[in-house]
Amino acid sequence: MTPPTLLEAESLSRHYGPNRAAHDIHLRLHKGEILGLLGPNGAGKSTTMKMLAGVLAPTEGRVTINGVSLADEPKIAKRSLGYLPEQPPVYPELTIDEYLNFCADLHGLTRQQRRGAVERAMTACGLRDLSKRLIGNLSKGYQQRCGIAQAILHQPAVVILDEPTVGLDPIQILEIRKLIRSIGRDHSVILSSHILPEIQAVCERVMIMHCGRVVYAERLAAAGSEDFQTVLVAFTRPPAPNQLASIDGISNVDALDDHRFRLSIIRHQDPRAAIAGTAAAHGWGLIELRAEVRTLEDIFVELTTRDTTDAVPIPIRAAA
Amino acid sequence: MSLVLRIARNEARRIFVTPLAWIVLAVMQSILGIVFLLLLLEYAQDPSSQDRYTGIADYIGNGLYGFATLVLLLIMPMLTMRSFAEERRAGSLNLLLAAPASLIEIVLGKFLGLTVFIVAAIALLAAMPLMLLVGTDLDVGRIAAGLLGLSLLMMAFAAAGLFVSTLTREPTIAAIGSFGLLLAFWLMQVLSTQAGLIGDILGYLALTSHFENLRRGIFSSADVAYYLLFTGLFLWLAVLRLDGDRG
Repeated sequence: MTPPTLLEAESLSRHYGPNRAAHDIHLRLHKGEILGLLGPNGAGKSTTMKMLAGVLAPTEGRVTINGVSLADEPKIAKRSLGYLPEQPPVYPELTIDEYLNFCADLHGLTRQQRRGAVERAMTACGLRDLSKRLIGNLSKGYQQRCGIAQAILHQPAVVILDEPTVGLDPIQILEIRKLIRSIGRDHSVILSSHILPEIQAVCERVMIMHCGRVVYAERLAAAGSEDFQTVLVAFTRPPAPNQLASIDGISNVDALDDHRFRLSIIRHQDPRAAIAGTAAAHGWGLIELRAEVRTLEDIFVELTTRDTTDAVPIPIRAAA
Repeated sequence: MSLVLRIARNEARRIFVTPLAWIVLAVMQSILGIVFLLLLLEYAQDPSSQDRYTGIADYIGNGLYGFATLVLLLIMPMLTMRSFAEERRAGSLNLLLAAPASLIEIVLGKFLGLTVFIVAAIALLAAMPLMLLVGTDLDVGRIAAGLLGLSLLMMAFAAAGLFVSTLTREPTIAAIGSFGLLLAFWLMQVLSTQAGLIGDILGYLALTSHFENLRRGIFSSADVAYYLLFTGLFLWLAVLRLDGDRG
């Protein structure tokens, strides 16, 4: 049984005059999923997240949170939502305690629920020892943690985090990643970042945005070792290219030099064992056999350095 | 407790935990204290001002509260500039916008938070003449009418200031802008001396002309309605502006 869909966006667009900050964005997020939003600066990540959080109204399209339309029933929909904007939305003149209690108030938590929720959020974000300190006197990293605490305080179904680890030190980053993973178990999380390893460390799915469009949306595993399209081989006594091409699963052979070949493979097939077997049987002297994995970084660079005009959106595979 | 009250409580707390509100109140009280003292001395030393029809309450009510309107015109924009402009610049406005609160609730909450400051200012303004109860036969009704007028006037200032605050992300621009807007409504009274329809209209629209009656101790529901409508209009404009900002 597929877990329930907690967040759904359909053909979301935001135009500023002729300027398209975000265009035709579809996304669907299930319970227990963590989606990473990647993109260079100005790609439309924050605009998209603002629209998902109901802070910015989309020019077109609609957002449904936990089955409730954000446009029709904003108050009900927003109850299932925790949002950390780019700048942590904190009041510098309040203490952490006062601030989080107000946030709990805003989300309609009762007095009994409030104490537990504030305690839990402070513990999760490592703020317990600082509860009486003024937020304005804290470092950027701690202010960021207050922002995260505020977003998870009321245990919302959907948590939207816009660059949650900006300004944190490496230890804090590790802690926050752990926290995000634990939130992701029971809730849905969308987080944006421009740090690739961060997305790889926490997210199951990744969406790459470029110039306001989604140019890539896949499960993260697809960008890892399971899915590769080329294999690099080298032989001491190389065969003729057509002999290589006759091996099952290989669609094209490209000779790089006298000894090395790049073999294109038919999608979802793995001819590596067959190559090794054939090479051994014919005594080609196999000395190298390597799947060329396209890392997320390769994909990111390839997609985001292309000219905008030919940035044809890759068809998005429906979420599993 | 309703969401409006929760937001209002937080706003009031934020106003009073910073030195700003206290300094504004202290400066206001110092200036008005001096004016109060001068009026009192003037009244005591000039027997001609005391006749059958002019008591101490008239003298103080007119002079002190008339001068107070000017001071309040200067200080209210300082408080309202923080409401939306500063919050927008600091990014904290997103907290309210992403929360399950409607724009009406947000604006009303902010406005009610400001009324806590207004109550504090009114309490200080009331304390000075009421002090005279010890030794004089004070016309409390007259003082109360003046205080009611000042409260209504401050609410109108607050609403107009909140609206201007939604227009920008620079607190100083919000302060100057609301000061200009309030002054424009103020100066309408000067122009209202022009004969004819325009003069009448301007006279009716002017912020202070409706205060005159209350200052003189005359309660007219038309004047009260003017201030309530003025306040309501600008709060509504603030809601519209925030909605336009989002859409």
